[in-house]
Amino acid sequence: MAEIKPRISVEYAEKATIISFTDEKILEESDIKALQDSIMSVVEQTERIKLILDFGNVQFLSSAVLGLLIRLSKRIYEHDGQLKLCNITPKIFEIFKITRLTKTFDIYKDVESAVEDLS
Amino acid sequence: MNRRAGLFKSGQCRGLTAEDNWCRVVSLMVSKATINYSMVVESRPSAIVGVCEQILSKLEANGFDKDDIFAVHLALEEAFLNAVKHGNKMDPTKEIKIDYSVGLDKIEISMTDEGEGFEPEAVADPRFGESLYKPGGRGLLLINSYMDVVKFTERGNGLYMVRYKEKPPLAKRGD
Repeated sequence: MAEIKPRISVEYAEKATIISFTDEKILEESDIKALQDSIMSVVEQTERIKLILDFGNVQFLSSAVLGLLIRLSKRIYEHDGQLKLCNITPKIFEIFKITRLTKTFDIYKDVESAVEDLS
Repeated sequence: MNRRAGLFKSGQCRGLTAEDNWCRVVSLMVSKATINYSMVVESRPSAIVGVCEQILSKLEANGFDKDDIFAVHLALEEAFLNAVKHGNKMDPTKEIKIDYSVGLDKIEISMTDEGEGFEPEAVADPRFGESLYKPGGRGLLLINSYMDVVKFTERGNGLYMVRYKEKPPLAKRGD
């Protein structure tokens, strides 16, 4: 498993690339910018990437992270890739529900379910 | 027999019912427990960290549960970032004033930036249409969703918000 600083770990599995957030709280603007740069550098390595984001460690995030996800999603789908989110805690899922981003993103219970649904 | 009357029988004042005494005791407790704080913070995003640590620790000390703490934390982050970005236009020489009071039953927070203000009603709803696909614009929605009262000053550069404890305070519980 490759680890990229800051704040994510990356697993290059057979069917997908799995990025796990390692921080419990994703808040500060500079952190989110660094996170975006890290994730984008992984995305740019693979044309038509099948990316799964694992939120298992995340206990708190601000709406700026939702913005990051939207930008990421646009980038991935413009290059015929797929993006799936998983392992989102109920409190964080509530934020997705309130903002109706449950309609925009494919959200799964765990990594296995997300991988299964890849086309 | 009224249970409250039994509990406070020894402390009853002449001419007042047990109910009156109960309410006097509770209002005394609430007023003594409500402490007001005021601070002026630099207009940079990371300045919210210290503010949150201070406020959230007081919530915990006053018996607010995890859901309340999560809600207030999120609202503070969103409100502060709005004040920095939209209010003070990312100008680090500007300031944000934060007043708050934490009582037994609620937290009240006021946040004022040095900007020209805005019209909350004019902000596009990020849940519909093209706005759903925009990276920004969700802060106000989250503040409104997680706080029980949200008001803006007429000018629009000041925000007042309240979160009540999830559980009803002692005075409001039934017998």
